[in-house]
Amino acid sequence: METRRIFGMRILPRFTSLTKRGIAGWMVLLGSGIVISIVVMTLIAPWISPHNPSALNVGPIRSPPSPQFPLGTNHLGQDMLSRVLCGGAIMLQVSVLSVLLCLAIGVPIGLISSYVGGAVDKICSLVTDSIYAFPGLVLAITIAAMLGRGAVNMAVSIAVVYIPSYFRIVRSHVLTIKELQYTVAAKAIGAKWYTILFRYILPNVVPSILSVATVNFADATLTAAGLTFVGLGVTKDIPDWGWDLTDGRALLPSGAWWVITFPGIMIILLALGFTLIGEGLSELLNPRLEQ
Amino acid sequence: MPLLEVDSLTVEYWTRRGIIRAVDNVSFALDKGEMLGLVGESGSGKSTLGHSLVRLLPTQGSIVGGHIRIGGKDVVGYSEEEMRSIRGEKIAFVFQDPMTSLNPVKKIGEHLVELIQTHKPNVSREEALRFAEAALDDVGISTERINDYPHQFSGGMRQRIMIALAIALNPDIVIADEPTTALDVIVQAKIMDLLRDLCDAHGMALILITHDISVVLERCKKVIVMYAGNFVECADSVSLHNDPKHPYTQGLLRTVPNIELADQRLESITGSPPDLLDLPSGCRFWPRCPQAMKVCHMKGPSMVELENGCCVRCFLYGGLEQ
Amino acid sequence: MSVIVDVEHLKKYFPVQKSFFEKLFTRTSSYVKAVDDVSFSINEGEVFTLAGESGCGKTTTGMILAMLMNPSGGKILFDGTEIAGLRSEELRLLRRRIQIVFQDPYASLNPRMRIGEALGHPLEIHGLATGVDKRNRVLEILEKVGLTPPERFVDLYPHELSGGQRQRVAIARSIILRPEFIVADEPVSMLDVSIRTVLIDLMMELRKEFGLTYLFITHDLAVAKYISDRIAIMYLGKIVETGDKEEVFSNPLHPYTKALLSAVPVPDPERKRETVELKGEVPSAIQVPAGCRFHPRCPYAFAKCSEVEPQLIEIEENHCAACHLVKG
Repeated sequence: METRRIFGMRILPRFTSLTKRGIAGWMVLLGSGIVISIVVMTLIAPWISPHNPSALNVGPIRSPPSPQFPLGTNHLGQDMLSRVLCGGAIMLQVSVLSVLLCLAIGVPIGLISSYVGGAVDKICSLVTDSIYAFPGLVLAITIAAMLGRGAVNMAVSIAVVYIPSYFRIVRSHVLTIKELQYTVAAKAIGAKWYTILFRYILPNVVPSILSVATVNFADATLTAAGLTFVGLGVTKDIPDWGWDLTDGRALLPSGAWWVITFPGIMIILLALGFTLIGEGLSELLNPRLEQ
Repeated sequence: MPLLEVDSLTVEYWTRRGIIRAVDNVSFALDKGEMLGLVGESGSGKSTLGHSLVRLLPTQGSIVGGHIRIGGKDVVGYSEEEMRSIRGEKIAFVFQDPMTSLNPVKKIGEHLVELIQTHKPNVSREEALRFAEAALDDVGISTERINDYPHQFSGGMRQRIMIALAIALNPDIVIADEPTTALDVIVQAKIMDLLRDLCDAHGMALILITHDISVVLERCKKVIVMYAGNFVECADSVSLHNDPKHPYTQGLLRTVPNIELADQRLESITGSPPDLLDLPSGCRFWPRCPQAMKVCHMKGPSMVELENGCCVRCFLYGGLEQ
Repeated sequence: MSVIVDVEHLKKYFPVQKSFFEKLFTRTSSYVKAVDDVSFSINEGEVFTLAGESGCGKTTTGMILAMLMNPSGGKILFDGTEIAGLRSEELRLLRRRIQIVFQDPYASLNPRMRIGEALGHPLEIHGLATGVDKRNRVLEILEKVGLTPPERFVDLYPHELSGGQRQRVAIARSIILRPEFIVADEPVSMLDVSIRTVLIDLMMELRKEFGLTYLFITHDLAVAKYISDRIAIMYLGKIVETGDKEEVFSNPLHPYTKALLSAVPVPDPERKRETVELKGEVPSAIQVPAGCRFHPRCPYAFAKCSEVEPQLIEIEENHCAACHLVKG
């Protein structure tokens, strides 16, 4: 298999070689397995789900798991299996979109602000630090409330919460690398400032950005669920695990444990998958010094 | 009985690419008051050997064979508890990089007091402070600075503090790992003078580990040359300088500029040190040796003792009969 | 011989960072006088060594000459052109003629750039070669610095090379633009003693082949003796002695030079050492001693030394020293 490179950094050529890299390799493998399975499941869900997840009364309401309805039904008679299969779509879309927004906005601002320094840097730091000071979920809820419902707005509110983290990580690395000899050497051969920034500094910052991005994914998943849970996410007609959490919570006193449990497990699994990838990657990409 | 006796010591490192035998079956002895220079390039195993003598190898390293006898007792089998009691008191180590080896948030007096009280718990704080002041005085640091922090000292002074820490408990043996590599030449000379004076005054034996042959030839009575985990030559410095036996030693001496000679012709040794995971067959030096013979490709030579007490690991001097 | 680099009264002062309170309550600023009125000239084709201990200002001088730092004062003429204060376009053109080799082989190469890329980049920047032509030039230069077979090294990353090999790459990068003048800032100090010779010899070979002029910065006087044509000894921001190599080494005039030379380790166990003992340590460059900067440590200091700063004057032909004890 040919090795592919992004920003001059070698991406691990084969997944199988990961198993040789110790626990960290297994974490990445396991996490990727989980995430990829869920993504595939969500993608083929329209074809494999036995019923329309939004269709009402396909079965008796509040019926426990049975051969006919393996994950039971909720108070509207909707099939839980179909809802579980289809409910991840929104969450995945929101996570991906929010990470893309962060990368597109947070990283360039971080790079330029810290490289240029001076007043520009001070202002950007001040703004991002102020945003950073707010607890993430509270801020996300506030922004979502202002923007309204829908997947895109959810992604935007999560992005706003996370951009400061990208900014900070990028900035701290740039400040270090700026002073390193190979950056000075680039100046000595006559490279212009943007060349130095994008060909010399950025490739060395990418590993840390990856770590933040995976945590971002995990957190975005949970935040998206949270936003839907409090009613600020997508509208009710779209199947989403977050809605199942809301409904399932109300149904618990009546003993219908299956409505909240299965979607809940899926959310946890997805977040876990991202976290495993993130933890594993950061271990692998920070090579420990060998004697 | 020699102060330190190392007998067939072998040290291995575990790495992702395989097991590296950094020190391969080395033996030597050190007497009271001797200054021994251990010289070799990076990767020759000299630093590993130094660390293994005080059992301060990193987790990936371990002693897999041989004996290290300090005052007659073999410390290879000692537990960490037992090692702690002899480190500092019997054998001490001066680390390479004084910048990072001192705790930046501790006063230098505290460094010394803690060391003293760990080894002699019955000593009161006032007594420990007096010991500390004596140690600082020995290395030429004004005792008024006992409450200063490491960053307030220059590189040379920090190295002196490291030496003070090593000699505070009056050990019999001090191992100095590249003590002057990061220092300027005038400071370097002063530190070497200091080490020599301390050896004379306290009767300490010193092992100086370095890649700088000039320093070793100038200062040490005995020299051991190390290459790729093996000892290749052991001799007193005068013999080594006037009549180096091993081709590697001869090559090394030709690479060193001597400021007192005019019009020197310097030569380098061709090639580079071998990858320890992919050693050449037979003698480890043969690919670079201008005098390599057929047998050198096939067998590894063992140490041969010569008349004047020197040893060489080279078929040019014998060992073919085995 | 024609003069290619002319440095006149070069100064570089770094302002000392003041704490918040100091900014409020004090008006004066203090400066680290890293380079304080240094003048010298370098002839075309020679190896001019700037020697001294750390903190003497030699690296700063080198960085200014390589146009990586702006001077605080003074004039630097390269081939008749004033370097300081050039606009970026002119500066870029000049970078084809003046290059630098850094000290640390582990830090001066971008860890995420392959060797071939790193060497080809200067050619790209200056529009000198592209595609196949660029690759050939890179292979050619790798061959010249002894990294053979070059095809093998082109695709490697810096961490796959040894310190000596990396430094060869650094040297290759410095000559790929065919410059005229190279600042070599302690190029072998971080390498094992046994491989320093190889690289020094390589640099001298390249000098002959490409007609280069070197400013060689070092604290290792043994190496300085081996390669220099002319040498200047620096102490605390000033030049204290300068002259032809033979002269300075066989007949050092300044007490600091004498101390420095006597401290160099000599690989001869039978030589009797006669060291010149220096008191104390190098003082801070912020609070520079009055008069002669060296007087607090000088074993021969007398009254005048703490009052009047000695000038660098020619004592013998091509041999200057700044010391009250040594007059023409």
